[in-house]
Amino acid sequence: MISALQKAYEEEISLTGKEIIKQIIDNANIAEKEEVPMCQDTGFTVVFVELGQDVHIEGGSFEDAIYEGVRRGYTEGYLRKSIVRHPLDRVNTGDNTPAVVYYKLVPGDKLKIMVAPKGGGSENMSAIKMLKPAEGVEGVKQFVLDTVLAAGPNPCPPIIVGVGIGGTFEKAALLAKESLLRAVGKPNPSPELADLERELLISINKLGIGPQGLGGRITALAVHVEVFPTHIASLPVAVNINCHASRHKEIIL
Amino acid sequence: MLENISMTPIRLKTPVTDDIIKQLRIGQKVLINGFLYTGRDAAHAKLVALIDNGQDLPITLNGQIIYYAGPSPAKPGRIIGSVGPTTSGRMDLYAPKLIALGLKGMVGKGKRSPEVIKAIKQYNSVYFAAVGGAAALISKTVKQCEVVAYPELGPEAIYRLAVEDFPVIVVNDTQGGDLYEEGIKMYAATS
Repeated sequence: MISALQKAYEEEISLTGKEIIKQIIDNANIAEKEEVPMCQDTGFTVVFVELGQDVHIEGGSFEDAIYEGVRRGYTEGYLRKSIVRHPLDRVNTGDNTPAVVYYKLVPGDKLKIMVAPKGGGSENMSAIKMLKPAEGVEGVKQFVLDTVLAAGPNPCPPIIVGVGIGGTFEKAALLAKESLLRAVGKPNPSPELADLERELLISINKLGIGPQGLGGRITALAVHVEVFPTHIASLPVAVNINCHASRHKEIIL
Repeated sequence: MLENISMTPIRLKTPVTDDIIKQLRIGQKVLINGFLYTGRDAAHAKLVALIDNGQDLPITLNGQIIYYAGPSPAKPGRIIGSVGPTTSGRMDLYAPKLIALGLKGMVGKGKRSPEVIKAIKQYNSVYFAAVGGAAALISKTVKQCEVVAYPELGPEAIYRLAVEDFPVIVVNDTQGGDLYEEGIKMYAATS
């Protein structure tokens, strides 16, 4: 992440943009040195679990254990509690629980837990659309550009753009989110998709939004695309935007 | 016009007057000194409910600046946790009523509605952007912090922050200028 920001600092032509990227790098260094959050929005805890099918979990509910981990992490780590118990009555749960947990059953006897807290500002600017198959790759590109342009300064650019193409309505959104788990700028292993990622990144950075939306060439640091087979009638596209505070941690038990 | 903007920041001390606000132009770097009042969605809803009922507010808005932010908790021995700006657009429905009562500035991130931009012009106010996500760096400029209203809202309470050289950039000025519009126009590539 820091190396991506340093490269962005070199490439940005706007002086204000450069200064902002410098502030972001300085901020990350302060946060690391002083062990404080880089952003006050320490997010909704999103957890991806890969459970080996030979693993047997004993001693209570696995999901409760995850919630307890979130509770302790956010309380003992002085992280902000940003979750309300109901989307309409909006009372804070006080301990950042629950988490959003996704499970995948995989071969083997390992348990992999990946934690990716997601801030509200960039999440709010994400979007999904069910395109017509006839709109093809051009339709996909246009929707990604439209979403980033509409988001403008709100998701704290420079951003990382996660794109999910295919599957069903909800699968496309999940693909977009999963693509953000990749190391920043690591291309998709498929050469065609890697080309699409590169092309989208160039187009996004021509929009002129720039760091914090104040004008400049570095709007996105990376575009990550994931695809999945889809229905003969469908072309779902989801765009999940991540701010420059891309925070991920994984552990294998 | 943006090309001529100096990178040298201007120092501003709160409370601020109309004369000072009127001199600010989009793209200018400003260092705020004095006090900032934090306020997010929940606090704004409460303030505007009081205004609508003709009741007194728990803080004086005249000449003051509101910072759209909800800090993370302070670690022991620290003044405040990390405290970067939140998305200002969520406060757009409330902001014009506060501006009409003399609020001279707002600090946040992201675009404002036409209604807010109009109120900024009409009542001589200003909208500043702070760097979203630079929350640890920004927290260094906070020298004192106390909750002055709505402690029950936790991170959404109104905190009064004593700040020194709190760094912001002018986005919407009294002339109707909008840095988000001008910046993108200047840097969009045609080819």
